[in-house]
Amino acid sequence: MAIFSVYVVNKAGGLIYQLDHYAPRADTEKTFSFPLDLVLRPHDERVVVAFGQRDGIRVGHAVLAINGAEVNGRFTADGKDVLEFLGNPANYPVSIRSGRHRLSSNEKLMLASRFHSLFAIGSQLSPEVGSSGIEMLETDTFKLHCFQTLTGIKFVVLADPRQAGIDSLLRKIYEIYSDFALKNPFYSLEMPIRCELFDQNLKLALEVAEKAGPFGPGS
Amino acid sequence: NSELFTLTYGALVTQLCKDYENDDDVNKQLDKMGYNIGVRLIEDFLARSNVGRCHDFRETADVIAKIAFKMYLGITPSITNWSPGGDEFSLILENNPLVDFVELPDNHSSLIYSNLLCGVLRGALEMVQMAVDVKFVQDTLKGDSVTEIRMKFIRRIEDNLPAGEE
Repeated sequence: MAIFSVYVVNKAGGLIYQLDHYAPRADTEKTFSFPLDLVLRPHDERVVVAFGQRDGIRVGHAVLAINGAEVNGRFTADGKDVLEFLGNPANYPVSIRSGRHRLSSNEKLMLASRFHSLFAIGSQLSPEVGSSGIEMLETDTFKLHCFQTLTGIKFVVLADPRQAGIDSLLRKIYEIYSDFALKNPFYSLEMPIRCELFDQNLKLALEVAEKAGPFGPGS
Repeated sequence: NSELFTLTYGALVTQLCKDYENDDDVNKQLDKMGYNIGVRLIEDFLARSNVGRCHDFRETADVIAKIAFKMYLGITPSITNWSPGGDEFSLILENNPLVDFVELPDNHSSLIYSNLLCGVLRGALEMVQMAVDVKFVQDTLKGDSVTEIRMKFIRRIEDNLPAGEE
């Protein structure tokens, strides 16, 4: 049972806090000789595996490092284009590390802002008056729970679909926010939360919620 | 223990009086400080009291007097003097913990000693999309029999409404 991440979104849709609480997925590092039997293609700012899944390398994995040096988007650490580099037989044998791409902070900001806009769809689509926005979003790998306060702040938790007690966790996070962020006079409202006490107490609350497991209080 | 609280508030007011030298400015500062407290306190209040959104001013008055004042100052003011339009009411405070042991000297006759409270109420309600005007109309420190705070609803704040509240 696990809680994967916590996001806090301010009234304007800006991400003011983000915490990833899961162990990083294992990356796979393998040595290849020419020709490469993975089909790679560019996607946004990265190079991903399009076909040729094997040995722990999955379709959708991004190329994370070449010969031990981390890639910089679509370019190797020394500035060469990754696809060109891997197309040249002279560069082989080559060791490629691939894995699930981790979201950069910019991407998280954009996704939070997109969610903020989408959130309203819940109330707009509703046949009833006064409906809330999106409270839960479910996929096969996680459930996103969202709680919007009366003042417009959103607390978003991504957790394992079987994890229970997220409703009370969201309320607890609201309390932690009202204590360790708001009661800190040096914290300005709507700004990114950089309060250690908030971090610590939040992590504690996540651990308590995880221990409660699938039979915890709440939904 | 409320002594430290009363002393702290008193120290704050007297320091402001020294810094600003005229009562009007002190009143404004107290209101500003109260506002900054209010915008933060509202989240603590909502997180702890689990109160839902108020849909009219009467509900708001009830929540303020019976839950909020009780929670933070340990007193329950009474609600009176509703205007015919239902947009103004008075909170009557029999006792005010901020002014325990306080006497206003003659040279500070226009000082609104507890003006912080007005700012707090104004700031807190603004965060839940209500623009209000709050002022003291009677003050035991000035010789009145009770302390009376008048609250007037101005309008709902429509910009930046949280989704689902339209």
